[in-house]
Amino acid sequence: MMDPIFLAEAALNGVLLAGVLALLALGLNLIFGVLDIVWIAYVDLVAVCMYGVYFLVTLYGWPLWAAGLAAVGLGGLLGIAVHLLIISPILGSPPVNQLLATGGLLFFLQSFMTLLWTTDHRSLRLNLPILQAGGMFIPFTRLLAFGVAVLAVLGLYLFLTRTYMGTAIRAVSQDREAMRLMGADPQRVYVVTSAVGGAMAGVAAALLIIQYPVHPYFGAAFGPLTFMICVLGGLGNMVGAFVASFILSEIISFGGVLLSTEMGYVLAFVLFIALMFARPGGILARRA
Amino acid sequence: MTLPRALAVSLIALIAAVPLVPMGGMHQYVLHVLVQIFIWSFIAGAWSLMGRFRLVSLGHGAFLGIGAYTATLLWNVFGLTPWVGGLAAVAGAVAVAAVVGYPCYRLRVVGHYFVLVTLAVGEVVRLLIIAGRGWTGGSLGLTLRPAPAQASLLAAQFADKRVFYYASVVVWLGGLYLWRRVDRSMARSALEAIGEDETAAASVGIDVTRFKLGITALSAALTAAGGVLYAQYITYVSPETLSGIGVSLRIVFAAVLGGMYSLLGPTVGTALTIALAEYLRVTFGIRLIGMAETIYGLVLILLIIFLPVGLYGGLQQVMLRAGAVRPGRRMTFLQTRKG
Repeated sequence: MMDPIFLAEAALNGVLLAGVLALLALGLNLIFGVLDIVWIAYVDLVAVCMYGVYFLVTLYGWPLWAAGLAAVGLGGLLGIAVHLLIISPILGSPPVNQLLATGGLLFFLQSFMTLLWTTDHRSLRLNLPILQAGGMFIPFTRLLAFGVAVLAVLGLYLFLTRTYMGTAIRAVSQDREAMRLMGADPQRVYVVTSAVGGAMAGVAAALLIIQYPVHPYFGAAFGPLTFMICVLGGLGNMVGAFVASFILSEIISFGGVLLSTEMGYVLAFVLFIALMFARPGGILARRA
Repeated sequence: MTLPRALAVSLIALIAAVPLVPMGGMHQYVLHVLVQIFIWSFIAGAWSLMGRFRLVSLGHGAFLGIGAYTATLLWNVFGLTPWVGGLAAVAGAVAVAAVVGYPCYRLRVVGHYFVLVTLAVGEVVRLLIIAGRGWTGGSLGLTLRPAPAQASLLAAQFADKRVFYYASVVVWLGGLYLWRRVDRSMARSALEAIGEDETAAASVGIDVTRFKLGITALSAALTAAGGVLYAQYITYVSPETLSGIGVSLRIVFAAVLGGMYSLLGPTVGTALTIALAEYLRVTFGIRLIGMAETIYGLVLILLIIFLPVGLYGGLQQVMLRAGAVRPGRRMTFLQTRKG
């Protein structure tokens, strides 16, 4: 029989991993979920922003908070660039082409990062305190990421439902053509959404660099999971994505403790496939 | 003899003659590169069987891994000849394709959702290979157990690269033949209709699930066969070179680069990517790691935006427009039927 404290720690680690995944899924959920455009290279954009924070801090001696803000700006700019340069010319073609084009971006970013910065793992090694509670250890950095993820979900929710722009974004997602007929400019909505989504990648990057080392294949490690969370939660459903990241990360965490790290991920992926068949609208969707 | 047919015959004669050309010390290297091109062209062609009907799979590494590992493990552990093991591998890949494909098509998991399911399947296979490290060697990979010289044919292991060269050419030609059979069948029309609009296709009596499942099984079987051949040639298998997302994307990339809607598109795409990678590797050595993929990535983005039919597909269109080929026929290099 396993030590209960061991299992409790696994559960807690799951919760904290959920915070990380939810953070990663935020911006993607806005673009993939709300605008229905696939940025398969989304997590690679996060990795670029992580490199940004890393170099601003280590090379130029910026304080972490300033570098984090810069990453948010960088993410926003990258988001606009991705939309204008890659997505905008092929908005009208089959969605598969958007996926393949951003697949090219994924290839490009991963290898360009390798070319520039080699495959070394770079970490900021922040010595934040580790909280101790009842024999369990909670890294403060993860707690911070978790807190920010919760706040950002709330913020995005309010943005989408309470502001004019948020309403416009949701309108575009419902019907790309009708928006034009209403005299509104969909292009502006796309650019703003891409900027916000990109900025969210920056937020995630600033919080991830203090707990994970960055390397060119960071996106490959977290990318598939991030997409699955968006789909599992129901596209565009911020709360659903939060729940989905909890479910997946608890499975990964417990599977990792009880079986092996790989089997934890296998179980999560298999559950994803099964749920795609059982509940294609996401776990929180109402039954048809 | 028509012009395209003459072209095809001379092309095949040329390919058959390559190992006879004296190339001095370069001989082994040139053959090695060509074998890789033929094997990966075959695999990219297998992918394009699905891809051209908008069944985009980012998980073909799963079939590649199942194929290579099944045959290799059966040989290493039970001493089963890869000729039989290969069949088992293909059967395994088809079974997995059916188990995942049937609910997918039945419950109409399409578009992005389908892509994500295939992505998950590829990851599951890769992780299972790593997790089963007791048998598979995990991330370190697995070396094919060498066979004694007199059992070379039984073990499908040949010291002479020329054997693999001709084997890969034959397999590649077989892949092209199947591609064309599909291209000229009723199934193609049905699958194109399904790709355009599933509901409309179903309403005119097309059995959507059956057709999609059929093409998926064929694609998976060929990919697994390619995996077996690759493992026999390289005699080493590892999860990253066979089942990662990187491999799956590379297959997709080669097919899209050359053009997934034309017979020789995947071959042209594969040949270009492998040639470019080899060129950069030889010229810059390890100084510019990542350079080749950086260029691929950029080219891929540009192609999807400006030329979604791919380089070879685009060339075909230009030639068609210029009237280089009689109108009313789609030109292919391996035109065998008259008219």
